[in-house]
Amino acid sequence: MVSEHITSSGERPLTADEAMRTRERQFWLGLYEQMLTIRLFEEQVNELYMSAKMPGLAHLYSGEEAVAVGVCAALRRDDYITSTHRGHGHCLAKGAAVDRMFAELLGKQPGYCRGKGGSMHIADQESGNLGANAIVGGSAGIATGAALSCKRRGSGQVVVCFFGDGALGQGLLYEAMNMAALWQLPVIYVCENNLYNEYTPNRETTAGDMLARPRAFGIQTEEVDGQDVRAVYAAAVRLVERARRGEGPAYLHCNTYRFYGHHVGDIQRGYYRSREEEEWWQAQRDPLKLLSSWLREQGLVEERHFTEIERRARALIEAGVRFALEAPYPDPQEVTQHVYA
Amino acid sequence: MSMPSVSSAASAPQAPEGGREITLGQAIREALAEEMRRDPRVLLLGEDVAEAGTPFKVLSGLVEEFGPERVIDTPISEAGFTGIGVGLAMTGMRPVVDIMFGDFLTLAMDQIVNQAAKVHYMSGGKLKVPLVVRTTLGATRRSAAQHSQSLHAWFSHVPGLKVVLPSTPYDAKGLLKTAIRDDNPVLFFEDKMMYQLKGLVPEGEYTIPFGVADIKRRGSDLTIVATSSMVQVALAAAADLEQLGISAEVIDPRTTSPLDKQTLIESARKTSRVIVVDEGYQSYGVTAEIAAVINEGAFYYLDAPVKRLGALDVPVPFSPVLEDLTVPTPAAVVEMAKILCGRA
Repeated sequence: MVSEHITSSGERPLTADEAMRTRERQFWLGLYEQMLTIRLFEEQVNELYMSAKMPGLAHLYSGEEAVAVGVCAALRRDDYITSTHRGHGHCLAKGAAVDRMFAELLGKQPGYCRGKGGSMHIADQESGNLGANAIVGGSAGIATGAALSCKRRGSGQVVVCFFGDGALGQGLLYEAMNMAALWQLPVIYVCENNLYNEYTPNRETTAGDMLARPRAFGIQTEEVDGQDVRAVYAAAVRLVERARRGEGPAYLHCNTYRFYGHHVGDIQRGYYRSREEEEWWQAQRDPLKLLSSWLREQGLVEERHFTEIERRARALIEAGVRFALEAPYPDPQEVTQHVYA
Repeated sequence: MSMPSVSSAASAPQAPEGGREITLGQAIREALAEEMRRDPRVLLLGEDVAEAGTPFKVLSGLVEEFGPERVIDTPISEAGFTGIGVGLAMTGMRPVVDIMFGDFLTLAMDQIVNQAAKVHYMSGGKLKVPLVVRTTLGATRRSAAQHSQSLHAWFSHVPGLKVVLPSTPYDAKGLLKTAIRDDNPVLFFEDKMMYQLKGLVPEGEYTIPFGVADIKRRGSDLTIVATSSMVQVALAAAADLEQLGISAEVIDPRTTSPLDKQTLIESARKTSRVIVVDEGYQSYGVTAEIAAVINEGAFYYLDAPVKRLGALDVPVPFSPVLEDLTVPTPAAVVEMAKILCGRA
């Protein structure tokens, strides 16, 4: 998704400084485009759900894009991630294609899992995605095991385990972090703290200092503004490269916010959070706005860059949805396939 | 009542000439060592698996040969290290996870049932989990309610898992090697009271396929289907029944998932009377499933309803006097057989 073709159109050769600024612009615009694609993807999911074209549940990632995009930008394609029920953003940021994602969400045959996984279970081994997981905290062991595998094989790969603040309530996470620390495994635990465990504020569910938990295991721990993709990326690069050098696991606590409800059907939210709070985050702390404002302040971009990116992202989403809507459902005989390898 | 047929204890895949007599524990260790030598991706992890070799000493010597990178002592975190096993298996390794007592499987249920069993299916066949979970079952060790259960029925109920129940050293070795080479999550239950059981095991390489029942003893009047250590109970009962002129066939499914339905049904059609013996709780258990399979496959051939003998539906009590009442015995099988054969 990196926007290679937005380049300076100057005729004389670029100076070193200009070349660096061009590269910088391309890099950040690439991340912007990824975040926008995720945002538009989720808006489309919401529409599909509301118009009854999509079965089941969908947990939208809107508002949290900077976390997935910032972290995955620090990873190689062959690095692994494990994802969550709110995982569309992780999948896309790690390199999944929009059309096959939509196809999976609609239970169609060309979907990433042939329609057998759906929104909460998309896996794509080709982009290193070991799968979204509908058990809160359920992939902490898998991610840590994958990290042990990387270390055993000497592959130089690292693993990122995405989870939300709700997973801080799961014992498995602490069992896994303990072993990761003991064995110095190349895994980064990325907590997306969006303030709510489903429909309950985490101040009611999570005692003490959240960051003290990973620190108790001697795990390198950092906290970052999860709405600022530049901050997320910088922290992720530090922790990923550290893990790749064999210096052990890390924990990255990203403070973020879920713009929609726990899932698409969670519309009346007044009993657990206020409209004012939601409006504040959307107006003041939107990761897309924060990055675009910074790019404008730096004089790195012109408006045409944003226009071009938006046009391209919308076209991608539109084509992806069309592909998925027109795609066939799996053959009924597939129901008994893939129970056993 | 027909005369007892010639009842040889031997059946097709028994140990060939040249086998040595070793214990079931030694057979397990040999299987692990051979597979670890053959395939560097195989590694062991669990509580006290390295220097301690587990409380049952089944793994003694492995860490000395393969080192602590491949024989990994874990914290007491069954969910955590089982999950790590799943992650290892999904990314190119072939882990064998050790759950010391089968009762502790409850702590790892999510990792086994929601993760390992479903990854292949949920991913549309792209990801695989070649994981072996070795664990124990069986009562009468005076270990009370949390160290004595036989919970293999739970896992036999879950699509995506395979469940293995060896009853002899020969079977244990061949089945464990197959389990390690299988691309699916396999639950491998060893009866902790059988680790010292001796039997002939060949020197050479062999494996035993899953889903192939073994006829441990041929007979004509009655079929006793038995699993794990209950095979020994069934064989003892069959010997007693022979004295009474009742010829009992003893069939060991060896794996409950996959289940060799055909062999069970064929035997039931031949003998017309069936007892199913298993050490899991009787209600909603392995005996119920096997009885249903036989009823569906041999109904018109049966002279009597399929009878079942499972563990008593109580938490396993500590007092030896009470505990011994909870487990099927040869005497109980004989009594049931006599009733079925009109000899009571």
